[in-house]
Parts: sequence; structure tokens; C-alpha cells
Amino acid sequence: MNEESKTYQNIICTFCGALCDDIEIKVKNNKIENIKNACAISRKKYEHAQKDRTVPQIKGKEVKYNKAVSAAAEILSSSRNPLIYGLSSTTAEAQKAAVELAEKCGANIDSTSSVCHGPGTLAKQLVGMVSATLGEVKNRSDMMIFWGANPVEAHPNHAKRYSILSQGMYRKNRKDREIIVFDVRKTPTAKLADHFFQVKPNSDFEILMALQMLVSGRTPTSEDGRIGGIELVKLKDLAEKMKKVKYGSVFYGMGLTMSRGKYMNTWAAMSLVRNLNDYGRFVMIPMRGHGNVAGSEITMAWQTGYPFAVNFSRNYPRYNPGEFSAVDLLARREVDAAFIIASDPAASLPHEAAEYLKKIPTIVLDPHWNLTTEIADVVIPSAVKGIGASGTVYRMDHVPLQLRKFLDDSWPDDASAVSRIGELIEND
Amino acid sequence: MIRLKNGIIYDPKNNKSAVKEDIWIKNEKIVSKPSAEEIESAKNQGSYQEIDLKEKIVMPGGVDIHAHIAGPKINTGRVLRPEDHRHDNVPKKGGLRSGVGSTVPTSYVTGYRYSLMGYTTVMEAAGPPMKARHIHEEFGGLPFIDKGFLVLSGNNYFVLKFIKEKNKKALKDYLAWLINVTGAFGLKVVNPGGVEAWKEGKRLRGIEEKGTHFNLSPREILLALAEANDELGLPHPVHIHTNDLGSPGNYKTTISTLDLLKDYRKHITHIQFSSYGLNEESKIKFVSAADQIAEKVNNDDKLTVDIGQIVFGEVTTMTADGILEYNLHKLTGSKWVNTDVEMETGSGIVPMNYKKKNLINGIQWAIGLELFLKIDDPWKVFLTTDHPNAGPFTAYPWIIKLLMSRDYRLKMISEMHNKLGNYTDIAELEREYSLDEIAVITRSGPARALGLANKGHIGVGADADITVYSRLESKDKIAEVFAHPEIVIKSGKIIVEDGKLVEKLREGKTLVARPDYDKNISEIIGEDFKNYYSISIENYPVSDSYFNNLEVIPCS
Repeated sequence: MNEESKTYQNIICTFCGALCDDIEIKVKNNKIENIKNACAISRKKYEHAQKDRTVPQIKGKEVKYNKAVSAAAEILSSSRNPLIYGLSSTTAEAQKAAVELAEKCGANIDSTSSVCHGPGTLAKQLVGMVSATLGEVKNRSDMMIFWGANPVEAHPNHAKRYSILSQGMYRKNRKDREIIVFDVRKTPTAKLADHFFQVKPNSDFEILMALQMLVSGRTPTSEDGRIGGIELVKLKDLAEKMKKVKYGSVFYGMGLTMSRGKYMNTWAAMSLVRNLNDYGRFVMIPMRGHGNVAGSEITMAWQTGYPFAVNFSRNYPRYNPGEFSAVDLLARREVDAAFIIASDPAASLPHEAAEYLKKIPTIVLDPHWNLTTEIADVVIPSAVKGIGASGTVYRMDHVPLQLRKFLDDSWPDDASAVSRIGELIEND
Repeated sequence: MIRLKNGIIYDPKNNKSAVKEDIWIKNEKIVSKPSAEEIESAKNQGSYQEIDLKEKIVMPGGVDIHAHIAGPKINTGRVLRPEDHRHDNVPKKGGLRSGVGSTVPTSYVTGYRYSLMGYTTVMEAAGPPMKARHIHEEFGGLPFIDKGFLVLSGNNYFVLKFIKEKNKKALKDYLAWLINVTGAFGLKVVNPGGVEAWKEGKRLRGIEEKGTHFNLSPREILLALAEANDELGLPHPVHIHTNDLGSPGNYKTTISTLDLLKDYRKHITHIQFSSYGLNEESKIKFVSAADQIAEKVNNDDKLTVDIGQIVFGEVTTMTADGILEYNLHKLTGSKWVNTDVEMETGSGIVPMNYKKKNLINGIQWAIGLELFLKIDDPWKVFLTTDHPNAGPFTAYPWIIKLLMSRDYRLKMISEMHNKLGNYTDIAELEREYSLDEIAVITRSGPARALGLANKGHIGVGADADITVYSRLESKDKIAEVFAHPEIVIKSGKIIVEDGKLVEKLREGKTLVARPDYDKNISEIIGEDFKNYYSISIENYPVSDSYFNNLEVIPCS
């Protein structure tokens, strides 16, 4: 069969939290023929999307799809304390089904957020956060600070679409903005900046507190005239500048949330940004990595009241990061089965936690083979989100978008697989 | 088919006050008494149900004209406040999902608690257009009640642009397009011009000041939106959160706004927050201006208001009025969330605690009640707490008690600041609401103001949304009676029986308006949209896949 090729406009790329929605894709014979507007990462992901696809498996043996789904239901219904984990690379519809399933099984449910931007959310619970959507920053921001974030490599179209190089309403181009980077090394993003501040590793908190003091007119003391590796006089200059800008913005990455101090670093940054609103306007936005990790916190919150690390063993949601977060549950060997949805904890979690996954019955729902499918007892394939599966995703600034599938997939999507498992358990 | 017999009906729209008569329900509607054959055939099919209400109180299902129940603001409030939920856990039960409650409850619990209180329709008060999809996602998990949302439009770039260009046609087409593509029910205007000013780092006072990007005064914005709202024939008038909300002396701004819009239909929301006087001689500089506001309301037949009654205890303030939340943060030192939404609006959240012994909080409380008692016509004033801003919606039964019992008011006042009487005459007001008047301010009035012809009454053709309360044996029991109706029927199905929810989730309807517009408008805004938004216009509309159960309320 040889079909005419068809072009889809304004397709949403789901491979990072920036969710660029201007991808153009030419499809012929249910295959991607050409891709436009995609960044290098996106292009590679699209090219790879239909390769290395999973098939239904039980203990390494290929089985019928329904059999794998039933096996998953059996594992979860016979477990006394299961863990449902991942969620950041699937749709809000699948996340919703996962919360319902967790409730049904009295399970723990956690997203990859707890090992990336989760500390930022904890900080927000302490102090709040002054934020904005990306277009607001594009249109208004005259000072952009990247803190422990390197979009040039991690979110390659961010600079062009939303920040450094974007063309906004009041800030037309690069010249209208002052770009500042705080990082432990001179990243490619730092090379685009007007000022680069090299942070001595694990001193973000000290620097942020020093800036807070300087903004409020106090001067921190330092024997060598430096704080966290940066000359105090330079920080003083920066603090003065920050007070004079009209609409400053801070984009923060895991360099802030996951270095020493974790949520306290983000707390310090959020407090600083908050205080700067006494002078001009200042906002901050997390540089979320996974395509719908923001959605995982949003969906969990409207269903359970909490963003991640939730336990349903008492039939109602309880929240306690450190107790009900996946890393801790696994490292302490408290769970007796795991259902991994659209993520690869064997590759990303600390060794001890990942190792324990091998010891308990583990189910993986994922379109692609990864390190976790290697150790899984049950593998359930699924349609690739944003390509063969539709659904809702939330950008790093919580703007919701609807994915439209443009290829037919051999497998049902994540949402239907998770719901099906729930139905099987219910009717058991 | 259901026959409700021996109920004592309070249906103000149909002039029924304590009338004992049968109510017949077929499918989702109230019908006239079916023929004997029809009844017989229903009995034979086993689909006939007769309920003896034994002279209990029957009212239409409650209608809340203004509450924050779904979408980005309330959800950020949930994330922000684990401390708010931990003491209020709701386990799963039968087919009912679990959740948490308190001031920012989860979606399911919001649906349960409105239903358990006899409310069947709620309007989400403020949705940023760009995040409308999120609201509809949550609506899908907000069970039992019918709901819709008002779309924020008072600081929208295209609204301001078309007003500046005096292009009335484009303004109307744009607003109609916006309501259609976001799946909204009506237009919400929050601090018009003032939120854009906040984003520009400026502060506007009153409705005359200009100075933002399009150099428009709030006056020009309000007038254009009220006019467009009327010309589009939207079911609900323009829904306004006034400029200067929350500031002492702001009643003057409110009165200028009402004078400005005297020829247009308008709803002023949580007007308690806009009825503050300024007394330079008093130490606290704050005084009730309820008299001045009530007088305006009494003399304006195109105006309705809801109160936003203060309830003592924990609240989570949240509004599109970004600068107001900044002010509250500076005032309280509490944690503060702000989110500016490109091209459209702002927003903020600050937790607070209204204290009974605090003089200012006491005056705010009294202003709300003064307005309830000084506005003569109950069809003009509706019960709200601007949930969860002035209090949670679950406090409505206690507010009803305050309105129905002067003794209860005096008891409350005796526990409050001893100087309260210097700032408000609340203790002297003798009026007590009747059950008919309560029925008006909690269902019939808000339904009429929303333009929901099939809600807020129990006449033939109405939606079969009905609440049955126990008989009111004594005034002490008012709050308990209204907090725990015995039976609630929603769309012809019993959802509360013996004061308990049926253990099966049902999805209510999403109410939308679909005003006509010239399709050319998306081309007219296309260029600016492409340049200044961060998503493409093709990905902006909320598709029908988000609506499981939609009802389009016709425009006139």
C-alpha cells in the first residue's frame, strides 16, 4: 500500500517539559517521513520513537497483551504494599487512572518529581512561589537568571521560543535582556550570558542568602571577600541590578533542587524572588525535564490534595515525602511489588533502590525497552504519547495542552492499560 | 418516575410558600402529574417510586453563583497547603473516591460536600482562558453537581486592544470566540486594568486612572465589557470583582462603578470586600460602608450582588487580582503564590485566618451581614463566601442561621471585639430572613441571575434538582437542618438518602454558553497571537473530548 503523505502542523513535542507546540511532521504509510522545527533532542526522539518497541512479556517470554495485563492485575491485587511509580512521561489521563488504581490497591504512588524538582515543590509549600507562564517572560522579562539550569543542552528550543533569544512584546530580542547564569561550570548556556557566576559546588544556599541580605540593604561578612566562590562585590552589584529591573525572571534547574541543601536552596531562591517584588516584578519557573512531570503533580493534587509521595493504605491519601517517596520505600524494602509507568527507575534511582526492584514482582508499562524492562517480571507495551496516543500534558509553567496522535500504534495507550488493570482488580 | 408527596414546598419563583403538593419527576425533569395509564405502566415496569416526605421542607437544589472549585488556582492552593488537608481525610467508600477536605478540598470531596449540603449547581468563579483545559479536566472528576466557569477577560490583551481601537465588533467577536473555545459560561472581570498594571509594576487606584500599555482607564474597560456582554445576550450579566477590592475607602470605587454601569445588567461579586469605608479619625481607619452600598443596590434594578461573607477560621485566599494577594502577603507575612498568565490575567494565593476577636475581621464579618439585612429585595443578594476566600462553602448553613436568627447574631457579637459597635450597627438590626427568603438567596435568585431557566425552581419543565430538609423544629436547629438535608435529588436521581451520599459516582453536566461570532476573528487576532503567546492558536481551543455531559445554555 502506498498512501499520499500527510503533513501535521503544530504538533506538540513531549520529550521535555518545554512542550514546544510548533513541530511539523510529514507522515506517509504510518511512518514519519520528515520533521520540521524540532530541536536536536526532539528529532532524535522522534526518529527513535518507533524503534526498540516493547512487546508484552511475562518473565522474559512474549505473551498476548491481555495476559500481561492480567498478570499485572494479579501481582497488584496480591500485594500487601505495592508502589506505583513514574508517571512523568505519560498523559494526565493515565496519571488519573494510576491514582485511581493506587487507591483501589491501597498502594503508594509517587512520580519522578520526588527525585528531580520535588524539593522545589516542598519549598513552595513553605514559602509559596511567584511565577508566570513562559510567554509572560518572553514578553516582559528584562533580566533572566538561569540557576543550575542549562537549557541550551537540556531544553534546546527554550532560548528561542521563550527566553534568551525570543521575540516578545516589550522585549524584542537578545539586546533587550540581561542574561545571567549561576552554575558550577561554564555551560553552553553560560556562554550565551552577559554574566556568568561560577558557583562553588554545593554553595547555592549561601549565595542566595547573601543576595537576600544584599537586596535588603545588609552586607554579609566573608573573610576572603567571596561567598560560595563568587566575589562579594559582584554579588552586591547584581543585587542592586535585580532591584532595578522591571520584570526579572529566574529559571532554576536540578543544579539548585538536587545539590546540597535541596529544598532549602529552592526556599532561599523563592524567598529572594518574593522579596524582589517589593521593587519591581520578579518571577521564577522550574525547568522541568520530563514532558508531563508538571502534569503528574497537578493530577495528583486535584485527586489527592498532594503532589507526590502519597500512600493509600488507610483508604484515604496520606502525604509524606521521605516516607512514601519511591526511593525511600525501595531502599527500606517496604514495598512488595512495583508498577512502573513510563519511566526507567533502574537507570535513574540510587543503586540500592533500583537493586531492590529485582527482588520484588515488578511490572513495567512503557513503549520502549529500557533498563527497568530488563528486570521486570511483566512488561506491558503501550502507544507512544504524542505520536500514537492522544491525551493531556502540562508544560513546565502548568499550561495544559492536548496531544493529537498522528500515527496508528499497535498497542493501546497508557491510560487504557492502567484503567484495564483497575477493572480487573475491581472485578476480581 | 418519582412522586414526592406531602412535602412542604418553598419555590419562590413559582410563588409557592409552604405549599403542600405533589412533585412528579420523570427522567431528569419535573413534570405535571402523569396520566393514570402512564403511572400504571411505570408501576408495571417497576420504575415507579413514591416517597412520602412527611411535611418536610422541600426546596430546589442550591445554586452557588461564585466559588473557586476547579482549575489552576484552587489546585495550586491544594499543593501549597498540605497542612490544610491533614486533619480532614475522606476515605473511599463503595464507588466513591477518596480525598481530603478543609478549605481547599480535592475535586471529589468538593462534589460530595456540595451535594450533602443540598447544592446541585456551582459556578467556578474565575478561569484563565489559557488554562481552561485544566478546569475541564477537573470538572470530569467533580461528581454529582452541574458546573460551569466564568472566563477572565478584564485584563486580556485583545480585549484591551479592541477597546482602545474602539472596535466594538471585534471586541464582541473576540469575547464570543473566547467563551466558545474555552468552554466557558460567562465573562468575569477582575480589577479591570489593575492586573495588567501589576504586571507592569504599577498600581492603579479608582476607575479613572490610566497608565498601562493601552493607556485605558478601568472605566473604559468596564463600560465596553458590560455593553458587549449585553449585546452578546449572554445568559449571565458581566460578573465583576471591583477595582480597589479589599482597601479601606473602596466603597467609593464601587459606587462609581455602579453609576458608570447603571444602564447595563451587572453582577458585583463578593461585594462585602468592596463596601469598606475609611474613617481618618478612627485608630484603625476602617469602617462599614454597607449603608451606602445597600442604598445603591436597593435603587438599581439591573444589579445583583453576592456577599462573600466572612467566616471565622482558616481560609485560603485566591484571586486573579494579583496585586491584592501581594498586599495580603505583605499584610500577613503568609506564604504567597503568584502566577502571571501571558496576554490574559494574573493570580495569587495567600492562606489567612479570620479571627473572631480581631476588630478588623469583625467589621468585615459585620459588613457582610449588614448588606444581607439592608438590601431589601432578596432577589438581588445571594449567599456566597467566595469559597475559599472569605470562608469555606461548608459554612453556608451557619450563615443561614445568622440571617434567620437575631439571637444567634447577638450571641456571636458577644464573643467578638468589644469595640465592634463603634464601627457597625449590626447589633441593632432586627430583620430575620424567612425560609422563603433563604430559598431565594441560596437557589432561586442565583439561578435567575445566571440565566438558568431550568434551575432554582420546582415548576414543570425544571431540572429535577431537589433538596429535602428536616422540619425546622426550633431556631437552634437551623444550621443542622441546612447542613444535612435528608434527601437530595439531582437530575431526577437520588444522590443523598437519609443524609448520606449514594455510594456511586455520577457525573453532572458542564454548563456552557455558545454565543455566535464572525469566524474571521481568529484571523484578526492571528498575527499577535503568533507573536506574543507561547503556544499556537491551533492548540488553544478546548476540544469536545473534554466534555462528557454538556449543556449549552442559550443566549438571548
